[in-house]
Amino acid sequence: MTAAQEVSWLDLYRRMLRIRLFEEQVNDLYTSAKMPGLAHLYIGEEAVAVGVCAALRDDDYITSTHRGHGHCLAKGASVDRMFAELLGKEAGYCRGKGGSMHIADQEKGNLGANAIVAGSAGIATGAALSAKKRGTDQVAACFFGEGALGQGLVYECMNMAALWKLPVIYVCENNMYNEYTHYLETTAGDIALRAQAFGIPFLDADGQDVRSVHDATRAAVKRARAGEGPSFLHFRTYRQHGHHVGDIDRAYYRPKDEERRWAEEHDPLKTLGQLLIQEGGADAAAFDRIEEEVRTEIHEGVKFALDAPYPSPEEVTMHVYA
Amino acid sequence: MSMPEQAVAERQLTMAEAVREALAEEMRRDPRVFVMGEDVAEAGTPFKVLRGLVDEFGPERVMDTPISEPGFTGIGLGAAMTGMRPVVDIMFGDFLFLALDQIANQAAKVHYMSGGKLTAPMVIRTTLGATRRSGAQHSQSLHALVSHIPGLKVALPSTPYDAKGLMKTAIRDDNPVVIFEDKMMYSVKGSVPEDDYTIPFGQADVKRSGDDITLVATSSMVYVALAAADLLAVQGIAAEVIDPRTTVPLDVETLVASAMKTGRAIVIDEGYQSYGVTGEIASLISDRAFYQLDAPVKRMGAMDVPIPFSPVLEDLTVPTAEKVAELAAKLCRKGS
Repeated sequence: MTAAQEVSWLDLYRRMLRIRLFEEQVNDLYTSAKMPGLAHLYIGEEAVAVGVCAALRDDDYITSTHRGHGHCLAKGASVDRMFAELLGKEAGYCRGKGGSMHIADQEKGNLGANAIVAGSAGIATGAALSAKKRGTDQVAACFFGEGALGQGLVYECMNMAALWKLPVIYVCENNMYNEYTHYLETTAGDIALRAQAFGIPFLDADGQDVRSVHDATRAAVKRARAGEGPSFLHFRTYRQHGHHVGDIDRAYYRPKDEERRWAEEHDPLKTLGQLLIQEGGADAAAFDRIEEEVRTEIHEGVKFALDAPYPSPEEVTMHVYA
Repeated sequence: MSMPEQAVAERQLTMAEAVREALAEEMRRDPRVFVMGEDVAEAGTPFKVLRGLVDEFGPERVMDTPISEPGFTGIGLGAAMTGMRPVVDIMFGDFLFLALDQIANQAAKVHYMSGGKLTAPMVIRTTLGATRRSGAQHSQSLHALVSHIPGLKVALPSTPYDAKGLMKTAIRDDNPVVIFEDKMMYSVKGSVPEDDYTIPFGQADVKRSGDDITLVATSSMVYVALAAADLLAVQGIAAEVIDPRTTVPLDVETLVASAMKTGRAIVIDEGYQSYGVTGEIASLISDRAFYQLDAPVKRMGAMDVPIPFSPVLEDLTVPTAEKVAELAAKLCRKGS
């Protein structure tokens, strides 16, 4: 059975578009000073989160990163409570106490975005250990950027995951830039060999093609559920915006021409849209309808969040201890 | 240590045996509990505290890990967040530094950051204490470090009875708890009931009553304080010795009430003195008992030096009964 028979590519298009429009709205909120703090936009990388999460069940786990809005939405979070969290409102997923970089949604298996690069490698691997100990067939997907390859924790966890055959999938989103530094300046040797050194299968795929991402993940999930152990997925992708919303003048580390090329030639939404039209899976009207529906969803979500109340002052000392 | 008369007939266990019994009882009671760390299985840790545990529970529940403190602490956390109750063994307290991101940035904050949705019911078992001639990287007492971080609880058993009861409480707590055992005290014996008991966190234990001066002491320093109290008794000074047993939560009321009664207090702890547990407790007592005090509240911690190897030097770094008694006597003379 092929992946296409189980998922609707048009539905994945909708999920990617939801992330795209969500992030564009975040950019607006931020630049109009309605959103406090930091915002690391996922625009351009949507195919990775959507392709991976579409291969997971609701009771499977993910851990996410500082650039995590896309992962949360792809795992099933709703846009209204996401916006509310970003604005620090009580209706947010974490009652406004987590914020953009710490959204968790345990009902959908999201164990949290994490503002420490590679900080969640242990959590994801531990969730996989827990699944194994409890005798379930749940799997855990650990999202991290290529910058996390500089952290020793990743390798410690990969070592134990391989030793103990844990159902964890290491998902490396290689957008080529560790903040403001090209990864080739920080990453010696071969990324594949890092996984293979532990006996962990390495799959490399085009992160801008949601179908490739999905197929690679399905293979890894199948292996994990069968008790055969971890996999390492490497997706080549690109963030179309800066490291964070304030990172505007970035030609010193990233050529404008490169940005233009990725946005025009390797945009995940354009890529899938063109494919579906070529293959006759959808027509222009279908995309228009989806866009209208998602825009309405985003509009209502942001309105909900803007109107929602802030937490009361007594909330500040709540939840320090369980 | 002096024990109540009825306790003499009770079963005597060493500190190590008490810890092991607590773990074994909790693992029998709750299948979610498991132990992980370096050399915890067949080796039973270098201090042999866990000896035999793997025979009863098998390597799945007494898991040897690679030498990867951040990795296995993080993995323990992930397991805790998804339905298990791990006891993560960090062989020497000094190695906490390796795992601090996972403890302080991750485990301590996950409940708060998730708005109360996620919990991290895990225990981090580790050691403290100098005078084992182990040098600067195997001798530190770093409980102040974790006591500083909101979201963590911190326990410091000083007797086999407390070691069993506090460990059981720690395992049943829904928060990350760091429990420090003094590695010089594993062979200390004391009465430990066979029954299932727990000791609530935040409940200090008055080890000895007295009206002249309060000695607040933690972990191994409880014995130093009790020995100092004996020396003081000869001079006609009655010292009250109190063990807080947990630094987070801290039983401030009991400590303050004692200082108000005696009018004098010394806080004794084996952590570095500067920016440490002694400073925090002394400040709380000074703040709340100020108008009942007859002398400034004094602190006695470890010297602010990396712990030296040479025995003659190392012994200078830790408070002794003689030094405690000397300072206490001076405070009592001045105030009277």
